[in-house]
Amino acid sequence: MRSGVPRYVLRRSIAALAVVWGSVTVAFVALHLIGGSPVDAVLGPTVSATPGLRQQIIRAYGFDQPLVVQYGVWLGKLLTGDLGYSYQLNEPVPRVLADQLGPTCQLALAAVGVAVVVALATALLAAGRGRVIGAVVSAVEMAAVSVPQFWFGLLALSVVSFRWRLLPIAGDQGVASLVLPAVTLAVPVAGTLAQVVRAGLEEALAQPFALTVRARGVRESVLRVRHALRHAALPALNLAGWTAGSLLSGAVLVETVFARPGVGRVLITAVTAQDTPVVMAVVMLSATTFTVINLLVDLLVPLLDPRLRDGRATREARA
Amino acid sequence: MTCRRMPSARQALTAARKAIRSACPRLPLGSGLSTVPVALVLTVTLLAAVRPELLTQHAPDATSAQTLRPPGSGHLFGTDELGRDVFSRLVHGTRLSLLIGAGATAIGATVGTLIGLAAGLFGNAVDGVLMRCTEVLMAFPELLLALLVITVTGPGTANMVLSVGIAGAPGYARVARARVLAVRGAGFVEAGLVLGLRRRHLVTRHILPNALGPLLVLAAVGFGGAMVSGAALSYLGLGPQPPSTDWGTLLADGQEYLQLAWWPTAFPGCAVTVLAMSVTALGRRLGGSIIGVGR
Amino acid sequence: MTSSAQRYAPLVACDGLTVDFAGCGGRVPAVNGVTLAIAPGECLALVGRSGSGKSVTARALVGLAGPGARVTARRWTVGGNDASRWGPRSWRRIRGRQIGLVLQDALVSLDGMRTVGAEVAEPLRAHRIVPRAKTADRVAQLLSEVGIPDPVRRAAQYPHQLSGGLRQRALLAAGLAAGPALLIADEPTTALDVTVQAQVLGLLGRLRDAGMGLLLISHDLAAVATVADRVAVLHDGSVVEEGPAARVLSDPLHDRTRELLAAVPSVAVRRSAATARPDTGCPVAVPDTATAPPTAQTAARESPLDGAVPPDAVLLDVRSVTKSYPDPHGERRAAVREVSFRLPAGRTLGIVGASGSGKSTTARLVLGLETPDFGSVHFDGELWSGLAERLRRPLRRQIQFVQQDPLSSLDPRWTIGRLLEEALGVRGVPSGSARRDEAVQLLEQVGLEAAHLARRPAQLSGGQQQRVAFARALAPRPRLLVCDEPVSALDSTVQAQILDLLAGLRRRYGLTMLFISHDLRVVRRLCDHVMVMRDGQVVESGSTAGVFDRPQHPYTQALLDALPGWEPGTRPPGARRPGSSPGTASSPYW
Repeated sequence: MRSGVPRYVLRRSIAALAVVWGSVTVAFVALHLIGGSPVDAVLGPTVSATPGLRQQIIRAYGFDQPLVVQYGVWLGKLLTGDLGYSYQLNEPVPRVLADQLGPTCQLALAAVGVAVVVALATALLAAGRGRVIGAVVSAVEMAAVSVPQFWFGLLALSVVSFRWRLLPIAGDQGVASLVLPAVTLAVPVAGTLAQVVRAGLEEALAQPFALTVRARGVRESVLRVRHALRHAALPALNLAGWTAGSLLSGAVLVETVFARPGVGRVLITAVTAQDTPVVMAVVMLSATTFTVINLLVDLLVPLLDPRLRDGRATREARA
Repeated sequence: MTCRRMPSARQALTAARKAIRSACPRLPLGSGLSTVPVALVLTVTLLAAVRPELLTQHAPDATSAQTLRPPGSGHLFGTDELGRDVFSRLVHGTRLSLLIGAGATAIGATVGTLIGLAAGLFGNAVDGVLMRCTEVLMAFPELLLALLVITVTGPGTANMVLSVGIAGAPGYARVARARVLAVRGAGFVEAGLVLGLRRRHLVTRHILPNALGPLLVLAAVGFGGAMVSGAALSYLGLGPQPPSTDWGTLLADGQEYLQLAWWPTAFPGCAVTVLAMSVTALGRRLGGSIIGVGR
Repeated sequence: MTSSAQRYAPLVACDGLTVDFAGCGGRVPAVNGVTLAIAPGECLALVGRSGSGKSVTARALVGLAGPGARVTARRWTVGGNDASRWGPRSWRRIRGRQIGLVLQDALVSLDGMRTVGAEVAEPLRAHRIVPRAKTADRVAQLLSEVGIPDPVRRAAQYPHQLSGGLRQRALLAAGLAAGPALLIADEPTTALDVTVQAQVLGLLGRLRDAGMGLLLISHDLAAVATVADRVAVLHDGSVVEEGPAARVLSDPLHDRTRELLAAVPSVAVRRSAATARPDTGCPVAVPDTATAPPTAQTAARESPLDGAVPPDAVLLDVRSVTKSYPDPHGERRAAVREVSFRLPAGRTLGIVGASGSGKSTTARLVLGLETPDFGSVHFDGELWSGLAERLRRPLRRQIQFVQQDPLSSLDPRWTIGRLLEEALGVRGVPSGSARRDEAVQLLEQVGLEAAHLARRPAQLSGGQQQRVAFARALAPRPRLLVCDEPVSALDSTVQAQILDLLAGLRRRYGLTMLFISHDLRVVRRLCDHVMVMRDGQVVESGSTAGVFDRPQHPYTQALLDALPGWEPGTRPPGARRPGSSPGTASSPYW
């Protein structure tokens, strides 16, 4: 325990760093797998250029260097925060993304809030309440997981905004315009979280300790909140990284549906235009976020579960 | 007989479920939708994919003057902006949608399973390398990984299927590896070792058949996810290019007229949701019954 | 009823208690008209095989029969009040306050994410027994009353950080916290090592002596014999026999009771009646490893396993093997340290010890499933350990293995017939009808029949599965059979049957066996020689009679002393001892 914890932290941090490095490398490989000349991508589909201009571009972007050198230079630039230039916008990638991160984070945080509240409420109320309630809740959860998010958003938009005119249709105009996108983004996350927490609660409530607690004359609600929820929280916490990833994926769709500014919109534009530096930057950003969140969870879980605290490698225990 | 199982059978089932749950924590098992509607949905979908003309008398591309007619007699799901029958277009889009889901699932499951099996069976260095790679790929959200692949390959049906498949592969790899490791340590494998059975016999007859069951379940559940991802990419215009249509493109087309008519958008989305749910339910049913007990 | 019971109103009394559960196609009965009453200071033991309805009865008595259960009774009182129509709120007031419930295996029966102190404090809080500020003091007091030393420090620890015995005591402390008049203990000692078992039973006995009503639920007659005043035998949800403990155990009237009694392996090795008594609270003296005599010395004692046997008769020769594994901190921990023994052909050696003593690792070393770090294993005069797997594989069939959990040892997808034929193929039996016939023969030898060939493992009962495992192990005609706790996953009656089968098979085939068990009674019944292990080392070995009758090492003595102190055919050692020990007189409860 004394020497185990720092060593564990160190080991996990190194592993996380390796994953980030790996994802960066994948991004680099992807960049160089692109068919055709990267020069065309810089120029865009409509422009035809003289051989002289082409040479100029090749030199400016370093396309004539050996791949290993390009990789090294590129890694070095990454370390200094230089993510390259957007081919399309001819702007440094960080500047392209900087303005867009705010709205996306806002949207994602709002969605997490909605998802957690809905999932916890559903799970706490519905866990272990008999077959009928279980089947209904389970069907609703499954629908939430299976429904194409963008379609749900479109329908919500059509009913709430077009038909009832309750909320603004699109754009980024204060809290009211955040409601529908956040709820849309929250749907699949809430469904999955509810499934996991409910399963965890049901498992915990079926364990002998739950019977012991009941036999002490403790209220059912106290049993659920004070005892079972802690047991159910661990598997849910392990989904934190996945949640972040699926929120970013979802943002791509939700921002398109609701015509909101954000990283997702930029990404889609970049993908269609094969603006690789921007795509890579976003993908690396999400991989890094995922890894950092997972690292935090790994370091946090032993603090929450005393059984994992005594030096046991949590990763193995949960794998 | 199903009703009064012997306790040992129930224990086996619980053990099997525990094994699966530990292998794929995001996969709840057991309870789900009831069998009859699921079977009905799957039958109708398969029929629509194989013989669409049996289900509708309208040609999917036949335009008419009756544009944006709401659902009613004559046009069950209404008509779109060119007067085409929405139901007919939906039925005729089934095949492509199913192919996208099945193709992506097949690619993901095959690639992932091979990687996972190799890692689990060879162990040590192979395991280390393969699992680090998988871990790196797992760090990308599935849709973003698919988008990265599409950026490289360009849009189109085949590329989209490939991208969704590759994006799903790491998940299968992890489960396959976990299963192989779990089964490798099982008592019956140890008993085989002690009997002096050949390694190849142990792997092909005992380890693989017991390890692969849960992957079937995962594939069934993953099929739903692959279809939804495919629909999303189609909606973003990265999937099938006109004139091919799947449910995702139908949905995207309908979006432009959403203020005037909900039906060209609503029905394809319903179809995706219902089918994804049904296949997921089927997968869970499989997971709840066949695995471990081997009936 | 005893005289003391007549003086007080019963703490709980029910007449015709019936519990049934919703099943497909009607309701499935679990308890069928059970009538019982428990008075203060009285201990009623409810015994029966698993599935006989005893646990359901216990849960129903605190209104926790479970979802889908329907509980009815002709008359049902708790503390003199009619309980048959109580709702959740009334039951909550009773639970913990009037009736406490303690389950087996405190590791899972206490909430593993909360401290022991928080768990013990919970009933205090739920029933508002003491003001919040005084809770911590009361918790410490409760913990020390159940015999937990250093209670303040222990209260801040988590269940997994305590030893099994302390954990079970903490669970008891939580059950007693709100001062219930009746304690229901469901298999309170089942998951414990024998030494700890005796301590917990001693504690229960003192509580009973101090005036608490006790309903003790167990499948193990030997365990309840030491504390029970009365015994009720449950079978298929009905009480088939009830009476004073002494009478039921020495002179059973019903066949089911006799079956249960027959399932208790005899320990006719007690040195004196005095030491047979369960301990009354003070921990059994267990020596430190440091003070344990060196292994070489103990192994040398009058052991026919050593020296006395002509070397050519030795089938298995284990020479000073050591095996260590990395622990979670990355340091290596020796599971087995310098273990040596020789097993002559045709003999059976039992290895006993608590869990974690290195028994199973020893078995795996012998089987060649693990390679020793130091030392070597020789089989039939040839080097066995460290042999290249390519060379060892053809020889492997000579040493076979029967594992603890029969279900996991059989491939769930294969039929019994296919499993046996696979094992027969190893011996070179030609496939086809010859193999099939031999498979049938094997099944018949282990007491199954040809009809079982087509079944899959999950379709058999636990006992049948273990029979199949034996048949498979015997199929290649091994010269050495290694059994790792082959009966401990089974019901006690099934245990007895399997042990009989094993004894028969050994006679018939002249098998050499290595038999591993934590249960001394089983080893006593089956083995010629016995080896006691602790912390990876052999502390004592010798002939079974020698070790059991004249144990030399204090740890062996402790193990033997800790066996529940009753054996079939004798009078139980006093369900109630006149003149309780001084410790119980000052018991804090009454």
